[in-house]
Amino acid sequence: EKTKEGLFSKLSRAIVGKSKVDDEVLDELEEILISSDVGVETTVKIIRRIEERVARDKFVSTSELDEILREEIAELLAQNKSEDITDAFKKSDIKPYVIMVVGVNGVGKTTTIGKLASQFHKAGNKVILGAGDTFRAAAVDQLKLWGQRVGIPVIDHGMNTDPASVAFDAVKQAVEQQADVVIIDTAGRLHNKVNLMNELAKIKRVVQKFLPEAPHEVLLVLDGSTGQNAFIQAQEFTKATDVTALAITKLDGTAKGGVVIGISDQFKIPVKYIGVGEKIEDLQVFNKKEFVNSLFKRKA
Amino acid sequence: MFENLSNKLNTAMRTLKGKGRITDVNVAATVKEIRRALMDADVNYKVAKEITDRIKDEAMGQKIVIAVDPGQMLVKIVHDELVKLMGSQVQGINLKSDPSVILIAGLQGSGKTTFSGKLAQYLKKSGRNVLLVACDIYRPAAIDQLKVLGEQVEVEVYSEPENKNAVQIAQNALEYARKIGKKVIIVDTAGRLAVDEAMMNEIAAVKEAIKPSETLFVVDSMTGQDAVNTAKAFNDRLNFDGVVLTKLDGDARGGAALSIRHVVEKPIKFISTGEKMDALDQFYPDRMASRILGMGDVLSLVERA
Ligand SMILES: Nc1nc2c(ncn2[C@@H]2O[C@H](COP(=O)(O)OP(=O)(O)OP(=O)(O)O)[C@@H](O)[C@H]2O)c(=O)[nH]1
Ligand SMILES: Nc1nc2c(ncn2[C@@H]2O[C@H](COP(=O)(O)OP(=O)(O)OP(=O)(O)O)[C@@H](O)[C@H]2O)c(=O)[nH]1
Ligand SMILES: [Mg+2]
Ligand SMILES: [Mg+2]
Repeated sequence: EKTKEGLFSKLSRAIVGKSKVDDEVLDELEEILISSDVGVETTVKIIRRIEERVARDKFVSTSELDEILREEIAELLAQNKSEDITDAFKKSDIKPYVIMVVGVNGVGKTTTIGKLASQFHKAGNKVILGAGDTFRAAAVDQLKLWGQRVGIPVIDHGMNTDPASVAFDAVKQAVEQQADVVIIDTAGRLHNKVNLMNELAKIKRVVQKFLPEAPHEVLLVLDGSTGQNAFIQAQEFTKATDVTALAITKLDGTAKGGVVIGISDQFKIPVKYIGVGEKIEDLQVFNKKEFVNSLFKRKA
Repeated sequence: MFENLSNKLNTAMRTLKGKGRITDVNVAATVKEIRRALMDADVNYKVAKEITDRIKDEAMGQKIVIAVDPGQMLVKIVHDELVKLMGSQVQGINLKSDPSVILIAGLQGSGKTTFSGKLAQYLKKSGRNVLLVACDIYRPAAIDQLKVLGEQVEVEVYSEPENKNAVQIAQNALEYARKIGKKVIIVDTAGRLAVDEAMMNEIAAVKEAIKPSETLFVVDSMTGQDAVNTAKAFNDRLNFDGVVLTKLDGDARGGAALSIRHVVEKPIKFISTGEKMDALDQFYPDRMASRILGMGDVLSLVERA
């Protein structure tokens, strides 16, 4: 395991030999936050809060800065009222538990579904996948290969069929076969395309005809290297489908994923999973404390 | 969420109003707003700083045209600077060798395979005999995906489903292309992270083996601050010839385009604007500059004045 250098390890280098948080340190902090895609708005908010504390406490040593930052960021993440999930893949009382996975093109929806299916399966759940991306070239084949890897069935109607009826069928078969979890893949779509966003709402409605309380989870997948557009994605997908949870992918790259902080600050949707690679086991349940700690990790 | 830059500037600009010249004092707040707008558009922090510093120097002492807002005038200066930075003219691709080899590289999910299909169609339409080559041996159904696209655009796809050696596949494809007289081969590769040493070695080896006349780096226009690091890392290993900016049919402001251009100094050669095979366009620096700044109206106003 390689240890990724945390967001703020650079900050500690910038302030060696100083005893007091001054403008230069705050500038450095601003650069770090913006460069991690936290976003200007949230960055300004964090800086302002620290400035206020410096003013109030008259003297803040740079060693205290780490602590204050930790608190501030933890608080931003806490505004997003989620409890940390400890038993994400345990059998639910709800059966079948229906998860619909949505997001813009290429973020990692299908891969995340493969990884999730594997975890649910390992935890003893009977899992069924629905091949609701009937549009992108070879999308059904891709999901089927994931199904094979995990060793679970994939319901598909082939390419260029109605995704809503695939979803309907997957849920219906899950009920008939007494499956525990159904995960429905959908085609990637940009949130500014009205027709495609309406199609998502339709998939949801059609599933509800069969199972009124489904989907129990609408998982929005965001690419961890996405910049400020992630905010609009969260906003628009929520409008169309009432997103209930987020998965942030590709955090094995060099992008710092600061977008998590900004999004937690502005939306009340919890981050549930993070993707850290292309392999079946490269999925982690999001843990706030670990995440904050990782931001402060020094290079090993 | 993003207000128009000119709206944002209005407040900052009030201090400039009525002054005849742009000066150090009255320009500071404005430059800060511009910098912020650039960062909101995902322009890299350092790049945004460099650009706005330069613009400040340029703007200093300029006479303000009476008819327009000084803020608008500054925006025009910024816009022109961005256009200049992104390269003022359209750049084509090099197809002089026979066969010409085009290598496609980039991060996971950036749009490489889709772009490969589009480029094949585009070159075919301009009368070239094209071969697509499937060198992604990792992603599930990657070969099938390229084959479907190849069918759609009616271009042959070379693949070796059993072969797990991308370098070999690329070499064999080149040999095959020579034999059957293909003029251009487009090599689609697996997505990879710049920090993945083994995968970066692989694509460097593919490049070494087939000596492309054109290596293109495909990047998602929604990419944030990390775009510069990734582009730089790919460029260090591949010394690519140009950039392809994808998913511009979305509403991302696309500041990554500016950052990448600024840091690696390679032209943006194509933009991708949809999932369909004809959604390919040339890159126009002036349109991109307006997009990054989140404006359109301001420019025409200044132009008229
Ligand atoms: N490094 C890395 N790559 C990932 C991760 N998750 C997905 N990928 C890769 O990203 C690419 C796109 O993943 P997909 O699962 O096909 O994405 P998608 O959202 O289903 O794409 P569309 O259906 O085309 O919209 C593939 O090459 C995946 O292997 C991750 O956590 N880390
Ligand atoms: N809206 C839109 N979608 C695009 C564009 N280019 C590609 N896509 C979509 O983005 C997703 C990923 O595209 P791919 O071509 O599979 O990306 P890739 O870089 O080959 O992915 P990997 O091989 O997994 O690394 C697919 O859903 C494409 O349909 C574009 O310009 N606009
Ligand atoms: Mg998919
Ligand atoms: Mg591909």
